[in-house]
Amino acid sequence: MTEITEVPSPFCGIGTDDLAIHIDGVSLKVTANGCAINSPAFEQPITDTAPQINGQTVSLAAAVDKAAELLRNTRQPLIGGCATDVNGMRALLSLADKSGAVVDNVNFTAARRNLLALQDSGWMNTTLAELKNRCDVLLVVGTDLEGFAPRFFERYLWNQEAMFLTDTTAREIIYLGKAPSGNASTSPSGKKATVFPCADADLPDVIAVLSALVRKHPLHAQSVGGIAISDLQAIADKLKAAQYGVICWGAAALAYDHAELTVQGICSIVKDINLQGSRCSGFPLGGREGDQTANQVCGWTTGYPARVNFARGYPEYDPFLFDGQAMLNNDEADVLVWVQAFNINGKPPQTDLPTIVIGRSGMTFDKEPAVFIPVGTPGIDHPGHAYRLDNVVAIRLKKLRDSGLPSTADVLHAIEQAL
Amino acid sequence: MLIKLTGGTVYDPASGIDGLQQDIFIQDGRIVEAPTDGKPVDKEYDLRGKVVMSGAIDMHTHIGGGKGNIARTLLPEDHRMDPVPRTPITRSGNGHAMPSTYVAGYRYAEMGYTAGFEPAVLPQNARQAHMEMGDIPILDKGGYVMLGSDDFLLRMLTAKKDQKAINDYVAWTLNAAKGIGIKVVNAGGINAFKFNQRKLDLDEKNSHYDVTPRQILQTLARAVKELGITHPLHVHGCNLGVPGNVDTTLNTIQGIDGLPMHLTHIQFHSYGTEGDFKFSSGAAQIAEAINRNKNITADVGQILFGQTVTASGDNMRQHANHKFASPNKWVCMDIECDAGCGVVPFKYRDQNFVNALQWAIGLEIFLLVDDPWRIFLTTDHPNGAPFTSYPHLIRLLMDRSFRNDMLATIHPEAQKMTTLASIDREYTFNEIAIMTRAGAARIIGLKDRGALSAGNWADITVYTENADRQAMFTKPDYVFKDGELVVQNGQVVKVTWGTTHIVKPDYDLSIEKDLQAYFDRYLTMKLGNFKISDDEITEDGRGSLTAHPLRGVA
Repeated sequence: MTEITEVPSPFCGIGTDDLAIHIDGVSLKVTANGCAINSPAFEQPITDTAPQINGQTVSLAAAVDKAAELLRNTRQPLIGGCATDVNGMRALLSLADKSGAVVDNVNFTAARRNLLALQDSGWMNTTLAELKNRCDVLLVVGTDLEGFAPRFFERYLWNQEAMFLTDTTAREIIYLGKAPSGNASTSPSGKKATVFPCADADLPDVIAVLSALVRKHPLHAQSVGGIAISDLQAIADKLKAAQYGVICWGAAALAYDHAELTVQGICSIVKDINLQGSRCSGFPLGGREGDQTANQVCGWTTGYPARVNFARGYPEYDPFLFDGQAMLNNDEADVLVWVQAFNINGKPPQTDLPTIVIGRSGMTFDKEPAVFIPVGTPGIDHPGHAYRLDNVVAIRLKKLRDSGLPSTADVLHAIEQAL
Repeated sequence: MLIKLTGGTVYDPASGIDGLQQDIFIQDGRIVEAPTDGKPVDKEYDLRGKVVMSGAIDMHTHIGGGKGNIARTLLPEDHRMDPVPRTPITRSGNGHAMPSTYVAGYRYAEMGYTAGFEPAVLPQNARQAHMEMGDIPILDKGGYVMLGSDDFLLRMLTAKKDQKAINDYVAWTLNAAKGIGIKVVNAGGINAFKFNQRKLDLDEKNSHYDVTPRQILQTLARAVKELGITHPLHVHGCNLGVPGNVDTTLNTIQGIDGLPMHLTHIQFHSYGTEGDFKFSSGAAQIAEAINRNKNITADVGQILFGQTVTASGDNMRQHANHKFASPNKWVCMDIECDAGCGVVPFKYRDQNFVNALQWAIGLEIFLLVDDPWRIFLTTDHPNGAPFTSYPHLIRLLMDRSFRNDMLATIHPEAQKMTTLASIDREYTFNEIAIMTRAGAARIIGLKDRGALSAGNWADITVYTENADRQAMFTKPDYVFKDGELVVQNGQVVKVTWGTTHIVKPDYDLSIEKDLQAYFDRYLTMKLGNFKISDDEITEDGRGSLTAHPLRGVA
């Protein structure tokens, strides 16, 4: 039995790299700094190592050949999921380029809310170390931050020391919209977050009013979404008075039509505060199961984030048209490749199309896919790189055990070679 | 395989050869002496009447690192204009202002370039820079690691740590982030912006740290020299784009105490405040200062008209300039107690007085600096213009009548404010070869590139001479990379993978004790996980590392 320390996690998106893991053969046990997201993800047992065709065990070579056969002569392949590491994504895009596929990242519909805001007007954002050392006022919009990443507060807000704050426990935490699900946001000295709950449906109005107050526009209303205007005015004043205010949001939590306008509203509040002479930054949450990795690698390879179509021989980007689920619903694809190396529950969408699953060992199916190739998990079975939620830091994932499972990149390269 | 390039007219300034007809032999990727043992030539290229230079080297081009990817993501409309289809040997992608990585490699190679150096590698973002550059085919690459706004260095300076400790930190960072040089962007200014300072002059103190930009520059320039790093401290000065910044730049040159210093995209730092628009050319003063101070080198950062995107570590200045964003969208980021970045799309217009004069100022500097070994051809891609505009820029430098024709079309008031029309100089092939090859290799410290003498790697570009220099430099006949024919008639015919150039200066391991404590207390990654290992560059089988010697070290 061995123990590896300072293990980085690709699972939660916040870049924890202080896990300690006991390794006994191919069994892993998180012994320090685990959480409700990371521990089960690391400890997931290997249950299958052999590829299958229609549920029957076959050799890897046979499975690869079958996958290539299914992809050959297709008119519109769809490669979904994209939950892998940098090398896996590189191989995925290479296969997509050669086969003329649509590429769609599993979390793109949530990420789209951010991307549309970015591509329309831009933003001013920050990263985790700045937040850890500078943030004195944190406004959390529409999101249960603790549910998103259980260790976020412990690691980045309630750190004992910060370079530019004398007392980190004095940080002001304000929730607008969702209420926190637990007590992680309560400071070690007992100071509780201020919470202004509202319905998701009211968030666009609440953000619009906060934006107007930041811009000093006069308002006649007394409340919006059940929140008193005076409370929103107090939030605006605190952000302006902060040394380094941060507004954070999780696009996945803003699950309503045109939530990109809410994101844009948040980003304009940040910009306006900077224009008025205070520092303030935005902080979008994300980064689970390789979604930032998919967008980054697709970004430098194609110029676009990961919802692109190679059917014309060059990448085309359309954040709506190339929605994989919509394509399946509309019979616009003729074969599905599903890549999910992190999460056994991240199963392919239900479809009658021939389906090739490149998935984490342990995945089970209601209906056996045409081809299932179990692969190793980046950061467990092979080294790799994954992007953290702030999109700047790529973490170096470690190999923890010898499972013999191939990497996503190995399998996708082999399929491309066999095409 | 022995390859013979027969009878080309060779411009190899590193060897003192200025237009001499001679044969070149290539074996095992390198240039070799003419065989004397009767060994047969396996492949011969008849280059009689053609111009032969070593592969061109772009010593300052933003081709790797997060800001480029932000620029790509920000501007889908720019990519839609320039789709690049897949071919049997090349990947698909997109071009124009910030091309996708594969396309960047192909397009550089198709213009005869065989190496490019990313000048702003944030240590915390170095992995991304290397991964992006790892997906750029054909070119060799490397990066200058950015310091000067990182809290660790500023804490050291405030605590009055001695130069040796600074040197250890600089050397450690270079090793960890795998760079070949050190860059400073708006020394301390990116950090000051986080404390809500909106400008920082050369002798102005950071509001938190007891330190000025001048101190940062002097300390880092000394560290670079004492560590034996060939590439001088690569400096993006204070007050980028600010009218009157010519004084800051001259003061920076004076204040570096004779230490080697490279001033990058100096065009953006050469502005006076004369005239009706309170914006004038400081080119003559800057060129004179460069001519006089032999410790100073510079690249120009020429602007050329049209749509581009500016992508810079200088988020203090980018934030100030966001009001000129076109289209009107922009990004600023504070990054990891390390640095920052700002991405602002720009459209330079020839009928805009300021843009037109910026264009003239860049050309004035090119033409008024005497020594081509100390001035380099850049557009600060993509900030001044995309790198694909280099052939046009070369024509502007080599062809006075073309230059004056262009000058006659720009904003009339800008024409009145520039002396460009009175400058007769036309760059020669030899001078172009110096500034884009021999000089670039020398200043970066590339041991066996940028020259055509035996023993060097065979990075070679062959052109057909054409009075239209833009046409000539747009489409080489042949480009060889490490001895392999990669481009023929301006088209990629083979895809290879270049090396990553680095230096590995020594340091006292005890610096890690302080760094370990700093990482554990303040940063978000463990020290061990921060350091980039060799296998991260080489593990996919395409990449390699080439470590270059330090000065005075065999």
